[in-house]
Amino acid sequence: MATQQTTIAGRILAAPSVILLFAWMIVPLAMTLYFSTLRYSLLDPDNVSFVALQNYTYFLSDPNFFTALANTLVLVISVLVISVCGGVLVALLMDQQIYGQGVVRLMVIGPFFVMPTVSALVWKNLLMNPVSGLFAWIAKLFGLPAVDWFTNWPMASVIIIVSWEWLPFASLIMLTALQSLDEEQKEAAALDGAKALPFFFYIVLPHIARAVTVVILIETIFLLSVFAEILVTTGGGPGTATTNIAFLVYKQALLNFDVGGASAGGIVAVVLANIVAIFLMRIVGKNLES
Amino acid sequence: MALKQTAGKRIAMTAAAWLVGFLIFFPILWTFLTSFKSELDAFSIPPKFLFFHWTAENYFEVQSRSNYLLFAYNSIVLSVGANVVALLIAVPAAWSMAFAPTKRTKDLLMWMLSTKMMPGVGVLVPIYLLFRDLHLLDNRLGIGFVLMMLNLPILIWMLYTYFKEIPVDILEAARMDGASLVNEIIYVLTPMAIPGIASTMLLAIILSWNEAFWTLNLTTSNAAPLTAFIASYSAPEGLFWAKLSAASTLAIAPILILGWFSQKQLVRGLTFGAVK
Repeated sequence: MATQQTTIAGRILAAPSVILLFAWMIVPLAMTLYFSTLRYSLLDPDNVSFVALQNYTYFLSDPNFFTALANTLVLVISVLVISVCGGVLVALLMDQQIYGQGVVRLMVIGPFFVMPTVSALVWKNLLMNPVSGLFAWIAKLFGLPAVDWFTNWPMASVIIIVSWEWLPFASLIMLTALQSLDEEQKEAAALDGAKALPFFFYIVLPHIARAVTVVILIETIFLLSVFAEILVTTGGGPGTATTNIAFLVYKQALLNFDVGGASAGGIVAVVLANIVAIFLMRIVGKNLES
Repeated sequence: MALKQTAGKRIAMTAAAWLVGFLIFFPILWTFLTSFKSELDAFSIPPKFLFFHWTAENYFEVQSRSNYLLFAYNSIVLSVGANVVALLIAVPAAWSMAFAPTKRTKDLLMWMLSTKMMPGVGVLVPIYLLFRDLHLLDNRLGIGFVLMMLNLPILIWMLYTYFKEIPVDILEAARMDGASLVNEIIYVLTPMAIPGIASTMLLAIILSWNEAFWTLNLTTSNAAPLTAFIASYSAPEGLFWAKLSAASTLAIAPILILGWFSQKQLVRGLTFGAVK
């Protein structure tokens, strides 16, 4: 259908988006790459010199970097496990014949719409505070000592908060996938007397495998750069216990004014995200063809 | 399960699902309740669930303590403004990809998607320095531009999938009748695409409203939206739980309600059509 006229018009109409996105992606990325080869401190901005890969060797030999890398991986993997497994369970429960499914759905999806700074502060104070928080009171009810979450379990606390933010997303996607499971297939399986567990592993799981993959990939992209939750609760601490790569780069750039080092860290983050992105793009690309 | 379940099983499942839903939703409910307590009641152990002296004073104090309305205004202006501009740029692009595809259209779409994969920290330093030199730090125009660029790929993708569902015949019929390209887009395509555009915008506004990496790093006071306003409550200058709760309720209520209306689009928009 595309005549030459519409093809030309199409190019013109797509041009603003393409140009803007190109400028948004390539220019800053090139600058980051360039800065990462400089010794450039905002405290001494007149004294900029080319140091090649020195920032990288410095960054990669800094124990803080490996702590941050480990923290990033712990955070991403823990939240993935909790939200994906929890999401499948919650979705399976919501997919049953239950009364008021719509209301349950509204309650489950709620946390996804809460801005990160609110989630973090509400959990930190109202729920996890060791003296007046709700969890402390519940612990007391059971005769247990109150947990000082952010002092003794800082990373676990951040993981809990971020998991709460992402569980709804996983549940909603899984539920959407579950609901597209063929009714006849379910009935056939039930008629054959399939037990719940084999039914789940041989029929449900293969059916939602794609949704699970998509959730894992999309969440990973976002989880690699968790920032606000850490900023308002722990500030990366105590020490570096909750400093992930995103927070480390922020600290290096805006608190230590080390442009070169922060840029090198930024490039590392980009590389990490790209590894995940390649897999996600493949899946989405396949979908585009069908 | 379409098969008949026993009434008992159905009731048990219902109870379990409601319990799980309630537990997941509880922190939001708790914030809402706490926002109507006095600061003293907010701290009380054992906690007061419903039987406390209900008061709305926190909502007034939130405004007087720090200028809540300015932050709310910024949130609205930024999330609506940035996405309206993004929409104006995205509609033509989505149109061209849906109705005048070339061999490279698919690659172009994938490339646009790939820009979403870049982590913010990867470009924080240059953007921060550029904005500092251009006086765009803590500037509505500056942060608005960033929010627009963050959503542009999602908008194009979602619009593209909606446009794809519009039968091409109708557009061709309009073309036969001598409609120009501009008229075709304004009078034929747009009315049919309004539901898709509306739900796309809804999702985009939610995402901008809650964006908390760039808004925290690039704004301080003048252009700062509610994400930054709430972050100011993290300072340990004394604990104001009831006020924190009131401020939080104000910050999330509008978007929570919008969000509940856009659940279906959420799945479509956030998975780039990979899960339907």
